[in-house]
Amino acid sequence: MDVMPKWAEVILVPLISLVLAAILSAVVILGIGEDPIAAVEIMVNGALGSTYGWGYTLYYATNFIFTGLAVAVAFHARMFNIGGEGQGMLGGLGVALVCLYVPWPHWTIALVAACAGAALFGAAWAAIPAYLQAKRGSHIVITTIMFNFIAAAVLNYVLVNLMRPAGSMDPATERFPAAVHLPTLHELLLPLGINFSKSAPANVTLLVAVLACVAVWALIWRTRLGFGLRAYGHSETGALYAGISPVRIIMISMLISGGLAGLMAVNSTMGEAERLVLNATEGAGFIGIAVALMGRSHPFGVFLAAILFGFLYQGGAELALWTKIPRELIVVIQALVILFTGALDNMVRMPLERLFLRMRKG
Amino acid sequence: MDFLTIIQVLDSTIRLSTPLLLACLAGLFSERAGIFDIGLEGKMLAAAFFSAAIAAVTGSVWLGLLAGTVASLVLSGLHGLASITFRGNQLISGVAINFLAAGMTVLVAQDWFQQGGRTPSLIGGGRFSPLTLPFAEALRDVPLLGPIYYELISGHSILVYVAFLCVPATWWILYRTRFGLRLRAVGENPAAVDTAGVSVVGMRYAAVAICGLLCGIAGAYLATALQAGFVKDMTAGRGYIALAALIFAKWRPWQSMGACLLFGLLQAVALRYQNIQLGDFVIPVQVMDALPYILTVVILAGFVGKAIPPRAGGEPYVKER
Repeated sequence: MDVMPKWAEVILVPLISLVLAAILSAVVILGIGEDPIAAVEIMVNGALGSTYGWGYTLYYATNFIFTGLAVAVAFHARMFNIGGEGQGMLGGLGVALVCLYVPWPHWTIALVAACAGAALFGAAWAAIPAYLQAKRGSHIVITTIMFNFIAAAVLNYVLVNLMRPAGSMDPATERFPAAVHLPTLHELLLPLGINFSKSAPANVTLLVAVLACVAVWALIWRTRLGFGLRAYGHSETGALYAGISPVRIIMISMLISGGLAGLMAVNSTMGEAERLVLNATEGAGFIGIAVALMGRSHPFGVFLAAILFGFLYQGGAELALWTKIPRELIVVIQALVILFTGALDNMVRMPLERLFLRMRKG
Repeated sequence: MDFLTIIQVLDSTIRLSTPLLLACLAGLFSERAGIFDIGLEGKMLAAAFFSAAIAAVTGSVWLGLLAGTVASLVLSGLHGLASITFRGNQLISGVAINFLAAGMTVLVAQDWFQQGGRTPSLIGGGRFSPLTLPFAEALRDVPLLGPIYYELISGHSILVYVAFLCVPATWWILYRTRFGLRLRAVGENPAAVDTAGVSVVGMRYAAVAICGLLCGIAGAYLATALQAGFVKDMTAGRGYIALAALIFAKWRPWQSMGACLLFGLLQAVALRYQNIQLGDFVIPVQVMDALPYILTVVILAGFVGKAIPPRAGGEPYVKER
């Protein structure tokens, strides 16, 4: 049945899509009168040329691994969780509550508790759309979009009216206590004799993200639940016939997805800002869509795609610093990646399939 | 709250409802033909920028409107290409279009005007000016009806009247013409339309084009009538509110107008009052901001009458071979 060999499916199609997106991005850069090759040089130097650059690249990548995995898990059950942004925001609220109101003796315990808090709040925010999809048939895409906006309003209310320290104008919580400070890569690598940049925000959460990749891989391909999830994604009627409950699959996959999206707040809120601010997610929930599409919903693919987007994010910031190209270039690149790897997938796939068919016959 | 305040809030409701209504009707055409469109936001944003940019450069708001509509139509064409021709995922295509517009508008604005991603402020002929309807001045002093006519009905830009005239026009096209019948049929049962010898692809492209046209007018209204110029992300989620209104109205034209007026009223009240005091109880402004979305979720959940989307919505049509 499969027209293309597996390597073409897994490597060639995404690669061609990526090249197309890159070519168009270069055209855009040319169009605003800048040199694409010089731009790439600045991005590579800024994002990968120093441990400082790497520190930012990996920090962003950590966010995108979580949100990418969140979208990917939902994709396996053929659901489109566009609500990573809102789930991430609520995750931040969970982290803030855990860090501010419990006196933790050591960061390791605090990290575990914060992860639990973030995942719990993220999952809870995904639970209502999931329930409405499972029980009432409300389209998950629309409800999760609506929940993004509701989350923004909730966070706004909580920060302005409830959690803002007295006398402060800034809609943010007070700083988390020093005991819950997560070690940065600088602090982690110093005992090993590696002098990683001190000011870069990448922190121990990166390891949690890698663990999450492994856990998601094991869940999807090594457990009964993962099998049920994929079966439901392939054919709802088939899964039903095999005795898999759609309600259960929808609820569980969305809870896991929301939990993963919530976990990004451990990195951004506890690891970097060390207080909860408005718009702490900074669009990472949406980048998760591009990351999951590019990574073909496989945890390893998501990991690679997240690093790539981390590079684009940090590189784009450097571009905005040194050239006249605004940061929004990354948003354009992100759009092109989503367009080519997601919506226009068949445009790349159809000619390739024809090519492979001809090669097989010839 | 006195009579004049009420009139003013309602007046602002009409102005804020207009972009919602145009985008909502745009989505109605597209979704009734079976093409989900969460890219309304992006199309409006692109139209807002290009209309303001061209109006600023040429000084003619009509050329601006044209440019904005063309920009919106180009994005519609992209959506059609992805979701009709290449049978891709319509939702993912919509997401891509939203980001493309969000990024490109700022990129191009910075390149053209170097004002931090905005266009110069529009003056004179670069903006749609308010129209004074006949006898508005003369009837102004008539009690009760005078202010209603002068403040509420007269004195809007021409696009406001266009938007509200689009409602009966949409109703007539959808329910009283052959084109409308086919359009609805394509969204419910494309195979039947195909069997009758009508091109499903052609109908869907036509629907997507109408959607682009209306989104273009909506965006141009935002940048050249409601405000004087483009600023970054100026649509501010209006595309999604329009989508919410569409679901709230269960994909019907007159009800769309009602939903858009309601959501416009919420925006107008939130704009004017911030926190609302009801006795001892205070409604925070965030509740007003979130209310359209909450109402939509409630409607979607089917607790207040069930919202059932067109049956073939979101499904690419594959002709049998």
